Amino acid sequence: MLGLFKRKNFPKYWQDYIDKVSNSEKYSNYENIRFVVLDTETTGFDYENDRMLCIGAVAIQNNKILVTDSFEVYIKQEVFNKETVKIHGIRKNGDEIKISEEEALIQFIEYLDDAVIVAHHTAFDLNMINTALKRINLGPIISKQLDTNYIYKKLSPNNRYNKVFSLDDLCRRFNITMHDRHTASGDALLTAFVFLKLTNQYKKNNALNIQDLVKTNYHLNS
Amino acid sequence: MKNTISERIFDFLKDFPPFDVLNKKQLFLVSSNVKVTYIEIGKTVFQQGEIPHENFYIVKDGAIGLYRTIESDEILVDICDEGDIFGLRPLVQNDHYLMSAKANEESILYAISVNILKEIIENNEKVNKFLIASFSTNIKTPYAKNNNGKLFANIETLEDNNGNFSDFQTAEYSKDPVTCLKSTSIKEAALIMSSNKVGSILIVEDKNPIGIITDKDLRLKIATGFVSINKKVIEIMSSPVITVSEKITTAEAQIAMLKNKITHLCITKDGTPNSELTGIMSEHDIVVLQGNNPSVLIKELKRAKDVETLKYIREKTSNLLNGYIEQKIPIVFVSNIISEITNAITIKAIELSLKEMKKQPPVKFGWLALGSQGRKEQLLVTDQDNALVFQNVPDENHQETKDYFISLSEKITKKLSIVGFEYCPAEMMASNPDYCLSLKEWKHQFNKWITIPSEKSIMMCTIFFDYNLIYGDLGLVNKMSKSIFNSIKSYEIFLNFLGKNALINPPPLGFFRQFLVEDDGENKDQFDIKSRALMPLIDAARLLTLSHKVKDKNNTIERFQKLIEIEPQNNDLYLMCIDSFKILLRFRTEQGIKHKDSGRYINLKSLNKAEKLKLKGCFKPIKDIQELIKVRYNLSQML
Repeated sequence: MLGLFKRKNFPKYWQDYIDKVSNSEKYSNYENIRFVVLDTETTGFDYENDRMLCIGAVAIQNNKILVTDSFEVYIKQEVFNKETVKIHGIRKNGDEIKISEEEALIQFIEYLDDAVIVAHHTAFDLNMINTALKRINLGPIISKQLDTNYIYKKLSPNNRYNKVFSLDDLCRRFNITMHDRHTASGDALLTAFVFLKLTNQYKKNNALNIQDLVKTNYHLNS
Repeated sequence: MKNTISERIFDFLKDFPPFDVLNKKQLFLVSSNVKVTYIEIGKTVFQQGEIPHENFYIVKDGAIGLYRTIESDEILVDICDEGDIFGLRPLVQNDHYLMSAKANEESILYAISVNILKEIIENNEKVNKFLIASFSTNIKTPYAKNNNGKLFANIETLEDNNGNFSDFQTAEYSKDPVTCLKSTSIKEAALIMSSNKVGSILIVEDKNPIGIITDKDLRLKIATGFVSINKKVIEIMSSPVITVSEKITTAEAQIAMLKNKITHLCITKDGTPNSELTGIMSEHDIVVLQGNNPSVLIKELKRAKDVETLKYIREKTSNLLNGYIEQKIPIVFVSNIISEITNAITIKAIELSLKEMKKQPPVKFGWLALGSQGRKEQLLVTDQDNALVFQNVPDENHQETKDYFISLSEKITKKLSIVGFEYCPAEMMASNPDYCLSLKEWKHQFNKWITIPSEKSIMMCTIFFDYNLIYGDLGLVNKMSKSIFNSIKSYEIFLNFLGKNALINPPPLGFFRQFLVEDDGENKDQFDIKSRALMPLIDAARLLTLSHKVKDKNNTIERFQKLIEIEPQNNDLYLMCIDSFKILLRFRTEQGIKHKDSGRYINLKSLNKAEKLKLKGCFKPIKDIQELIKVRYNLSQML
């Protein structure tokens, strides 16, 4: 069924994205891999009815968070849920310069390039992005994906099965001062810190390579 | 575009020097180019000897230890915590890392590209000053024999400094001096000078400078008709010339000129008159370079006819001091200049007072500056401490002679108080009959202080031992010094008492590197920089030089330098003491200028991070030298 809706000719930015990810040779050398640590703020948790308000992201390469290589967009809203304003503080007509959802996606896809995606509870953010992409007849994201929650579980086998760790849990666990919690960029930066600490710990017992990291994330990247 | 992450970094950086003086645009540029690194405990950021990274670092969370390895010892030089910068100097100076940086705790670092900072340094004088100051203090390794003042100093000046003026710029001079041979006629020489538009000509023989003729010589000796213009230049040249080496600093040049009362210095290859002439430096070169001229003040002083002029010059000296401190001119140079002027003022006050006396002094006498003026460490205007010694006279003339000198001293101290040096509240002044004594009486007094040590007599010794002859007969003073050493020799336990006194104030750091502050009285919660930081070093230097029977060194830095000569095994410690003393003296002066007081009590809350760090760095040598004294004078039991 999907095939019928799939356009033969993708817009250039999407085709470029598909090509870059498919042909990238960076993944074999860990130091060359660009990670994009991202977080989205949304109007709620319903993939179909809720919408992204903001995408924030920052890149990591060779164990360094590159502030120059960061991303932040705010999205104009048709759907609005006033309950979640309390959490993320983004009002319908706030001060931030807002762009359309499509424009936000185009910018994000271009920013993403051939990077490996890292997030906390990645499935949620990716579902949000993929649903949005579907609205413009694109998607889904084909980038490799990592989830700090699963990497942490892998490293602490005692807790592996029964618990879902929140970003707050991990920040406390790793002694990371929490700033700008519940803004997309702020959470992306916190997630980036968690990721750096996790991979440093991971390195002690394992060789760092992307294949093994991806395996921690058994239900993504299937 | 909104950038929450950069804003967060911006908010962090804006509280710490040098970022606190950047404008918003500059700081935002820095913030948005930061790389954030996470370092696990025990992991290395960079290694000593490594080629520098592209970035320097600022600690966001955690603590980074800076270590210097000398032979096989790894010495912890400094700990950088939140807001501290490290790893910058090598980048700016294209040098290798002098220290290793290791995480003492797990840390998050902001790495900042040096290229961005370089742009800012060029456009922001305040940042430049901060960095120069920090390079010569907290970032540098106190054990290594290197320091530097200029941000972009070349290797040569870095390696080649051990004198007082190490951190000062080398002087500019004319590298193409106008010369003639000694067979040249005066007329020819004058023509050469005119065609080269210069005010002086050097007479050379085998390329070595043997004499100089200046405009002044032509004016005084030729234009007056005393000497014919057809005579040879050697008839009127000033000879020999004062020669210095190519590496002289402005400060040294200026002092050489002041000391020799000349206006030109010859630069030769090895600094002696017997080597090839390579340049000439005039007073004008220095004035141009520095924009300030203390020798003008000295000249004005020499012409001064009343105490009002002295007061005026003292006020101008304060401006000069402010300028020097602001320009970060090395403190040794500053204190030399200021004490030269203070001494010149005192001499003038004495000369003016002598004129007012109805009679000539009945016998030889000497005017002594005590305490900080005696040590040439007085920068801010403080109380006057002085004493007078006069030649022994027969008993029947004693009272009359003493009365004469007391009345002379009253005139002098009054003039000094008008100039701005307030009367000493403890009356340690030559106008006090107790401190206006004949040589015999002084010998007796010192012997009493030394052989019957009490808390008070030890304190008197610490003040009176730092005397410096300002005016009068050197022979009297030498006899006095000799008698002091004899008294000490016959009663060596005195040194132990002096040692005990030197340990009264322990280093001002408590646990967790916190400052100790005064806990009662008017200055509660303030830090007494004089008694807690400067005095321990002054006392230590005095004690150690006294025990080596060094006579003619009263200045704390000179004392430590002398100690390095005598005890080369303690070279590092004494060098650290010198560095700390310079920093503390400058600090006190800055505080005094800022708060218009003696600078003695410092409110810690008013200090920024950089200043606190600078101070903290000075306390380590205080602790070390007090340890040395404790062991050497076997004071553990006495305390």
